[in-house]
Amino acid sequence: MSTNATDTRVRLETLWEHDAVKILAIFGVIYLTYALIGLALGYSLDGIVNTLRRMTYLIAVYGMVTLALNLHWGYTGIFNIGIAGFMAVGLYVTMMLAKPTDPAGAAQYAGLGLPMPVAIVGGVVAAGLAGLIVAIPALRLRADYFAITTIAFAEIVRLGITSGALQEFSLFGIELGTGGGRGLIGNYGDPMNVIFELEVFSSFVDLTNSLFGFGPRQARALAYSMVLVIVLTGIYWLIQRTSRSPFGRVLKAIREDEEAAQSLGKNTNHFKIKVFVLGCALMGLAGILWRFRRTGVTPEAFRPHVTFYIWIALIIGGAGSNTGSVLGSGLFVAILFEGPQYFRRLVEQVITFGDAPNTFAGSVAPILSGNTAPFVRYTFEEFQTLQFVLMGVALVFLMHRRPEGLLGHREETAAAIPLIRRSNDDSTAGRGGDSS
Amino acid sequence: MTTEQLLTLVVGLGAFLLLGDLFIGILNGTYSISRVARYAVEGTLYGLIIGLAGIGLSMTYSILNFANFAHGDYVTSGAFFGWGVTYLVAGWGTANFGHLVLVGPQRGVGGSQLEITITSTPVAIMAGLLVAGVGTALFVYLIDRIAYKPMRGSGGIPLLITSIGVAFALRYLIVFVYSNRTRGTTSGDLPSLDLLLVDGWVSVDAHDATLIIAAIALMLGVHLMLQRTKLGKAMRAMSDNRDLALVTGIPTEQIIRWTWMIGGGLAGSAGYLMVLWTGTIDWQFGWLLLLLIFAAVILGGIGSIYGAIFGGLTIGISMHLSMVWLPGGDFTTITAFLIMILVLMIKPAGLFGGKTTA
Amino acid sequence: MSDTEIGSQSDTVQPEGQQNDVELKVDGLVKRFGGITAVDSASFEVESGSMTGLIGPNGAGKSTTFHCITGIHRPDGGSVRFQGNDITGIRPYQCADYGLVRTFQIAREMANMTVLENLMLPAKQQSGEQLWRSVMPFARRDVIEEERELLERVWDILEFFEIEHIAEEKAGNLSGGQRKLLEMARALMIEPEMLLLDEPFAGVNPTLEHKLLDHIHELREEGYTFLIVEHDMDLIMENCERVIVMHQGSVLAEGNPETITSNEQVIEAYLGGDV
Ligand SMILES: Nc1ncnc2c1ncn2[C@@H]1O[C@H](COP(=O)(O)OP(=O)(O)O)[C@@H](O)[C@H]1O
Ligand SMILES: [Mg+2]
Repeated sequence: MSTNATDTRVRLETLWEHDAVKILAIFGVIYLTYALIGLALGYSLDGIVNTLRRMTYLIAVYGMVTLALNLHWGYTGIFNIGIAGFMAVGLYVTMMLAKPTDPAGAAQYAGLGLPMPVAIVGGVVAAGLAGLIVAIPALRLRADYFAITTIAFAEIVRLGITSGALQEFSLFGIELGTGGGRGLIGNYGDPMNVIFELEVFSSFVDLTNSLFGFGPRQARALAYSMVLVIVLTGIYWLIQRTSRSPFGRVLKAIREDEEAAQSLGKNTNHFKIKVFVLGCALMGLAGILWRFRRTGVTPEAFRPHVTFYIWIALIIGGAGSNTGSVLGSGLFVAILFEGPQYFRRLVEQVITFGDAPNTFAGSVAPILSGNTAPFVRYTFEEFQTLQFVLMGVALVFLMHRRPEGLLGHREETAAAIPLIRRSNDDSTAGRGGDSS
Repeated sequence: MTTEQLLTLVVGLGAFLLLGDLFIGILNGTYSISRVARYAVEGTLYGLIIGLAGIGLSMTYSILNFANFAHGDYVTSGAFFGWGVTYLVAGWGTANFGHLVLVGPQRGVGGSQLEITITSTPVAIMAGLLVAGVGTALFVYLIDRIAYKPMRGSGGIPLLITSIGVAFALRYLIVFVYSNRTRGTTSGDLPSLDLLLVDGWVSVDAHDATLIIAAIALMLGVHLMLQRTKLGKAMRAMSDNRDLALVTGIPTEQIIRWTWMIGGGLAGSAGYLMVLWTGTIDWQFGWLLLLLIFAAVILGGIGSIYGAIFGGLTIGISMHLSMVWLPGGDFTTITAFLIMILVLMIKPAGLFGGKTTA
Repeated sequence: MSDTEIGSQSDTVQPEGQQNDVELKVDGLVKRFGGITAVDSASFEVESGSMTGLIGPNGAGKSTTFHCITGIHRPDGGSVRFQGNDITGIRPYQCADYGLVRTFQIAREMANMTVLENLMLPAKQQSGEQLWRSVMPFARRDVIEEERELLERVWDILEFFEIEHIAEEKAGNLSGGQRKLLEMARALMIEPEMLLLDEPFAGVNPTLEHKLLDHIHELREEGYTFLIVEHDMDLIMENCERVIVMHQGSVLAEGNPETITSNEQVIEAYLGGDV
């Protein structure tokens, strides 16, 4: 019986070695937990499925950006903390390209009226170009200076979008606008219409209706999340290929010792620029997919917070591992991003809190006389704030205790083929007996 | 010619053209001379704050060898600590303790009701400034113990990432304790010195003057400390060369502690003075100041306190003067960031670079 | 642009090259760091196919000379010619392209890459270093084929240095001596014509040192040119046919081991130094 037990353990451990298994297991636990939370909160089936859908949407988007950051930091050692800026460039350019040329009614500013696929390509290219503009002069800087440059760039983008001067401008005689601080309305058709207008989609709507009791709106949202998962898979595949190749090998070498890599004949600047532009373009794509279906966007969405989230996700998963990046965004969303709010709801399900004191002082003063209830109430009232505190503490904790994250042992192969021993391995026995 | 030289030439030419344009514009009346003077004064005051806060950042950057992204939130913390005390002293008895010490988290008694100004409540402001400095020094030391000390051996990058976490946690802890309300802290009635400058008035009020005097006094204090005291000499030695510092006999850990405390104290004081000057306080003004402080420190050269002061003034004045050409104030921050990026391109060591803390 | 330059330069060098093939020619090299002049107009030549030793007390400027030759540092003065081409102040990667490769005094292995990955890295003309080829399905097939061949070469070189057993180790886990071997093996993967070795035997145990020397001699017979910085004077005297002595940034003496050992200035520099 004990041998049986160890047997299964060994078998489970070997199974765990596969990335797909890790992803399925961890995501299985996440989804199951949230389904149970939904049940506990008394959600109906469509509510539960909708909760999971929202999770999927967030994980997919954050996963895309984390993968792109992993390409920068995990593989190449490029310290980018201007992520929000590249995402903003992608989304804003796409929106300005897609908005109709006629600025009628509440639509505010005119756009170029291009079809959505073209607009998306435009946004991605623009984000890549922004990366190029940053990379060419800045990549030779020390990592910390480079980081400061990228965050300054991101803030320049955000403040530029917010500024009244770009609120409405004309470029080569074409009227455009960022909308300034008030934001930009996405008054184009649903960008997913290419899919929603397909014949099969109506049967998808019927299916979700009979399965989960979804209405057409919810069905569309579900389909959107599924498309995001497909895109995430594509990006994972792309970056996995990139890293498992001679190109990826040079990236790894740059991370380890750039000067030595140069001495070995690699024009490292070339590689760094390419990989930086690629990562920025992917960040732009993620920025587009993140919010192009909303009614509008404001520059507030691209505060440095976003960059901070992605870094936490990367560090949870472990820099240098693509699987880790996806897992990291899953855990970030489930535990740090969505978790606290659901936790609060769960607690409130059980305990009913009275009115909370409206200041910190009002909550602390009763503690002196032994009454902690007001403090607890205040804490729950301010849970959203504490959630951010928690994120900061989590990052500090990870850097102290587990800077390599879940999977950041830097063990991913940097070659296009598995690096196995040669088949005629016994030839080595003839030379130096000490070698085996 | 290297790229750097070419860039330097372009930037130099650009600066020359702008200054020339400013000069001619003032002479021929395109730009109002009093307006330009007002920008210069405001820029100088803003620059003093940035420079004062920058000294601490510069010191920790060179001695601990990492860019501390939590420095801006030290500025905010100091302002809240100090203003809590100012409210208490100025408003004792007019409102409850909690409301005062938390700088009025909810509507109610505030700076204008308490009639806080340097002339009407000088003691409250002095006490507040003192607490802002000392309180932040101790607070920053505590943060070092919790967050950074366990990582002393790590490189600059892990520490930088950690400091981003510290910044985030600290900022929202401030919201948790002090609320996210933006509030006025001073009353508007202030004596001021008004000068007629050809086509308009330039005025310096009592709070501007307080800021100038306090900032210069603190800067002078740091200067004397670094030049005259054994600790100061050890700090300079350590920022130049860690091993050499050991020779002076002062343990490294002790120098690090004092570096944090002095840097934190200056950051807190800068925050306090900034609130006195602007008359408002909110939970993220220090964070928004952070990149400007970085710009100043990089411009001046990391490790040089005179560089930080010079950088702060340059950044502050350029930001305000940029409004001569780019009116509306939307581009002041962008101007500062662009200057920083240009400095990094042309002279990453900064203008006072290479020469550390001396 | 460089093609014509290379052509014209090798033409001008040809006459003297006929009697005495000069592989590397350093002329009046200067490098300053702030106040220190680390290399002070050093001039020397290395013959093709030779094994030349570069010795000198600590701080003599040997490593800095290597840095200047290979483009890690930009020299403040003087010139470097390799096989008749002016390579003064070129970028390090260009230097490797010319066939001039160096190792570092303190081995600079890619710590988080395995020995195999370290050795696959430097090979030239890897089409998979173009991003699109590594990603696009059809092009990737060729990349995979190339990788297979490259891996064979890597195993050959591991076999040559008798370090197959550490192939899958992360380079950061190797011993000091193994790192030195790895560095040299990695340099050879570029298929260079000349190797600059900066203290290849430092921190290597005597048995390994012997093996390493054997390997160097073997390679030399295959036609490689070596310039070796070494502290151990005896080792250089025994193994090199020419010796260059540096002292305080300049070349103090140059010649065969016998003349060097009898050179009084050299003896004084060494006694005054740290040996
Ligand atoms: N990057 C550098 N910055 C400043 N000084 C340096 C640098 N590299 C070397 N030096 C100085 O140059 C001199 C020569 O050093 P080096 O070339 O390493 O000598 P060797 O290799 O012969 O022992 C030494 O005085 C050393 O301190
Ligand atoms: Mg050396």
